[in-house]
Amino acid sequence: MNNEAMTSFDFSSLGAILPELFLAVAGLVLLVAGVLRGDKSTNFIGGAVIWCLGIAAFILIGLEWDRVSILNGMFVMDPFAGFMKVLVIGGLIASVALSMQYLHQDYIARFEYPILVLFSGIGMMLMISAHDMLALYVGLELQSLALYVLASIRRDHIKSAESGMKYFVLGAISSGILLFGISLLYGYAGTTNFAILGDTLSHNMSLGVIIGLVFVLAGVAFKISAVPFHMWTPDVYEGAPASVTALFAIVPKVAAMALLIRLLFEPFAALQSEWFQIIWFIALASMVLGAFAGLAQNNIKRLMAYSSIGNMGYALIGVAASGAMGITAVIVYLAIYMAMTAGVFGVILCMRRDGNAVENIDDLAGLSKNAPKLAYILAILMFSMAGIPPLAGFFGKFLIFQSAVESGLYTLAILGIISSVVAAYYYLRIIKVMFFDEPADKFDAEISLSRKLVIGLSVIGVIFFIVNPSPLIDQSRIAASSLFSGLDDVATPDTAENNTQ
Amino acid sequence: MLTGLAFYLFAAVVLVSAIAVITARNPVHSVLFLILTFFNAAGLFILLGAEFIAMILVIVYVGAVAVLFLFVVMMLDISFSDLRKGAMQYVPMGLIIGGILLAELIAVFSAWKFAPNAADNIAVPFVQSAEGITNTEAIGRVLYTDYVFAFQVSGLILLVAMIGAIVLTHRTRPGVRKQKVADQQARKKSDVLEIKKVTSGTGV
Repeated sequence: MNNEAMTSFDFSSLGAILPELFLAVAGLVLLVAGVLRGDKSTNFIGGAVIWCLGIAAFILIGLEWDRVSILNGMFVMDPFAGFMKVLVIGGLIASVALSMQYLHQDYIARFEYPILVLFSGIGMMLMISAHDMLALYVGLELQSLALYVLASIRRDHIKSAESGMKYFVLGAISSGILLFGISLLYGYAGTTNFAILGDTLSHNMSLGVIIGLVFVLAGVAFKISAVPFHMWTPDVYEGAPASVTALFAIVPKVAAMALLIRLLFEPFAALQSEWFQIIWFIALASMVLGAFAGLAQNNIKRLMAYSSIGNMGYALIGVAASGAMGITAVIVYLAIYMAMTAGVFGVILCMRRDGNAVENIDDLAGLSKNAPKLAYILAILMFSMAGIPPLAGFFGKFLIFQSAVESGLYTLAILGIISSVVAAYYYLRIIKVMFFDEPADKFDAEISLSRKLVIGLSVIGVIFFIVNPSPLIDQSRIAASSLFSGLDDVATPDTAENNTQ
Repeated sequence: MLTGLAFYLFAAVVLVSAIAVITARNPVHSVLFLILTFFNAAGLFILLGAEFIAMILVIVYVGAVAVLFLFVVMMLDISFSDLRKGAMQYVPMGLIIGGILLAELIAVFSAWKFAPNAADNIAVPFVQSAEGITNTEAIGRVLYTDYVFAFQVSGLILLVAMIGAIVLTHRTRPGVRKQKVADQQARKKSDVLEIKKVTSGTGV
């Protein structure tokens, strides 16, 4: 078959993958530049990575977002992928911008740091566009491997090394489980392509497929740290350097959630009655655990870990609600969550005293007197995280619960609201500590411009989302509905070619 | 008949040496048994007609991975008996999880069936008998064409793994006297040699 395929290879068809190609080449060039100039070039490389991500975003926005699958059906581009990639690139830019100053303060200013962030970003973009189990797996591994290294980049610090090790071992096991699930599915259907897999699974079923589905979902649930696959999250968040924790909290989960959504609504669309129970359960368990376990935390990074577990639970409600409306809610929720988290971690990175990072909630005591601007910013972000109107966080939750109610998922909606009330306690406690407790010592004052910029944008976005929410919601709706209309024309040219072999 | 005999021979040696890997007291013996296991597993693959995987198993796993293990075991002073201490307390949990997985697998394979169109779905039909090419060649035909995407991304993964290994282990040690070939080459006679006129009878 391949002779025709080889001669008909068309470079213009690579257009859809251009942002990733550009980033990969840029990463290689910057790597060489860094090797030649050593660690003193970290600032330059960091800035260059931000610029490259920006250029990739422009290329991405300039592309046609119509659904097209290229490279033997392994890579798909559609409005959903395009929009999620824009979100991911935005998160990556924010996290690199946040971390540059921190790297110098914590003696981890190595030029590999921004390059690893860039490569993990390529992995995330490939995950979002994966249209084949093989592509899914290589994208996932590219992303995870870079993140494992970043978690332990402060290698002479025992906690950082521990967090990297834990993340690596558990991540390897989850990858193993994922692969095992994929092999069962492949064994049944004889294909790894999402379109053909979806087609095959819609006609007939077997026990092996169900177990394969469960294993694949377990592997992906690990990546979004949904309960019961969340154990690594608090330890890794706490142990990793704060700038890496910021990256973990802001970006990879968005990519993994996009991957999960594509899996559930493309190859596994016909198995909805089976996966619905799983998603229902992990959504519920994540929300409840995230809310209650967060109450006992005193370390703000651990607190953010439980908060992210809980937030993934809310996002999963939208997945369980399914339909274009549920997915729209998920996308809006994730976008708002990213913006809020970027701001919160911007403030957390400013928590330094005498040149050392401090990360207990008590260290924030009396911040309103020592650094009123920072305190008010964190207060606004915490109100938003708690879901208090008219801040952006409220709308994210509102859309999610609305979609749940409209699909008749009353249990999830009610328990979601209860657990978000419980979780509000720990967000509001931070505000109480900042404004009403006896002032602790002051934090170090100097804050880099790029970090101020990220925090500022985040707060402005959170406050003024209410003024004009429609661009985000409309874009999300277009992205979400493309996922569902895409199912009708399963036989894209590429897959049709596969079928005829 | 001969194939059957070979299968049972390879399979039996795989099982016995695999058990020996985890029971041997001496870690060097463990690694050697591991190599024996790989060799016999490669034999099983040859019986299946998958000579490419068999060769990869020998070249990559025996040639690189296992030898690397051997180096690590012999060169690092790790007390394996200390590592084993306390491992027994995890055995019950491990047995439970392993048992559950085994039960699931039995359930899967006792009721296993293929999708009716599985054979049509296979992206690369089995071509060996038809065109008389080996499966190494068949893999080569698709690896750089249909699967070039996965191939290239795998390359990126390996690059990241390499960066990671260097970032996490390489440290610059100050005060180490290294040979600098460029400096040696660039040395001129005038840098090191000074010619003094010595007038006789006065000394330097």
